[in-house]
Amino acid sequence: MKQLAFIVFQDNDNARYLVDAITEDNPRAEVQYQPAMIRIQAEKRLEIRRETVEEKIGREWDVQEMLIDVISIGGNVTEDDDSFVLEWKN
Amino acid sequence: MSVEIKTNTAETLRHTYGNLQRRFGDKPASRYQEASYDIEATTNFHYRPLWDPQRQLNDPTRTAIRMADWHAVTDPRQYFYGAYVQSRARMQETAEHAYGFCEKRGLMNRLPEALQHKILRCLVPLRHAEMGANMNNSSIAGDCIAGTMTQLHIYQAMDRLGIGQYLSRIGLLLGEGGGAALDQAKAYWMDDPIWQGLRRYVEDSLVIKDWFELTLAQNLLLDGLTYPLMYQHLDRQLGEEGAGDLSMLTEFMRDLYAESTRWVDAMLKVVLAESDANRAQVQAWVDVWEPRAYEALLQLAEVATGRDALDEVRTALAARLHKLGLHSPGVAL
Repeated sequence: MKQLAFIVFQDNDNARYLVDAITEDNPRAEVQYQPAMIRIQAEKRLEIRRETVEEKIGREWDVQEMLIDVISIGGNVTEDDDSFVLEWKN
Repeated sequence: MSVEIKTNTAETLRHTYGNLQRRFGDKPASRYQEASYDIEATTNFHYRPLWDPQRQLNDPTRTAIRMADWHAVTDPRQYFYGAYVQSRARMQETAEHAYGFCEKRGLMNRLPEALQHKILRCLVPLRHAEMGANMNNSSIAGDCIAGTMTQLHIYQAMDRLGIGQYLSRIGLLLGEGGGAALDQAKAYWMDDPIWQGLRRYVEDSLVIKDWFELTLAQNLLLDGLTYPLMYQHLDRQLGEEGAGDLSMLTEFMRDLYAESTRWVDAMLKVVLAESDANRAQVQAWVDVWEPRAYEALLQLAEVATGRDALDEVRTALAARLHKLGLHSPGVAL
């Protein structure tokens, strides 16, 4: 069985920049647009990097800000000031 | 009885306006894109402007720099009116708090006489240079084309007006208070030898016709030396002499400078990458204005910070130019 790391955002203005940044950093990630929400999933590992999001959004950005728009996540979380990583470790 | 819950998705037919669709494809556009692209008219001008009858109203030939599309230059901060105003409102709230605190506690007029005099002579007259920066950026906003470029410069113009006003308020907090300090500062600007270099530079820049040359002379070269010199070196020095409280009142300037270097560098990167002709033209302007900016600040630096500080700042600017692929005529790296 495939192990998918995923994150789901509310489909709003903020999420658009996040999706842009995540697809840039995770070229293999798959984006699903569902009613009022956006799900991004990738095999094993999904990484959200502060630097990339800041470049897209055009200002300083705190990784914790993201949580306002998050509906659900799948994977073990490794979080620090510069990134938020979802990963299934075997 | 069983209830089956079904969801239906209504697909959006058009995600954004036609002009943005043609540029970026049919996907949701950011507010910045919606507010910045293709705002200015490009065709069907009926009359030539009375103030420049050789050219059309929004004419790309008001600068020697050639771009296939000036919209290629974008603001890394993505400021359109709403975002800009919100960001400045936050910054101003902090700054107002600092000024209120200094005023209530009398932090400025409690400083030793000599220090107050130094602030009045070496910092407050800079408000006249800020007024020049305001006029220069307004004029660039008038002459340049493409909404993304216009926005960058008109916001810069407003920021500089604000800085000029904050410098005036520093003047008002000194000594007895009231307008006498500002008259004195104006007298320094007009007659004190340490300000005449800068005054000449500012006044000469007011009549630069080519708007891209003007943005280089003002926002890259002059500011690139003046801001670090005045708000970092002079600030540190005044702090050591006992006027550390002044830093509260100039924090706004440091924050803004950090922002403006971002967009100025981003703008140059795009313009220089467009063609070798652009690169040669920009370098030619740098060769003219960089040494002039250095000379303009020389006498001020001798009195305010010492010449070493200015040389240090000039080296830092040379490194910044080098990173952009230009070279400084004054400093070999």
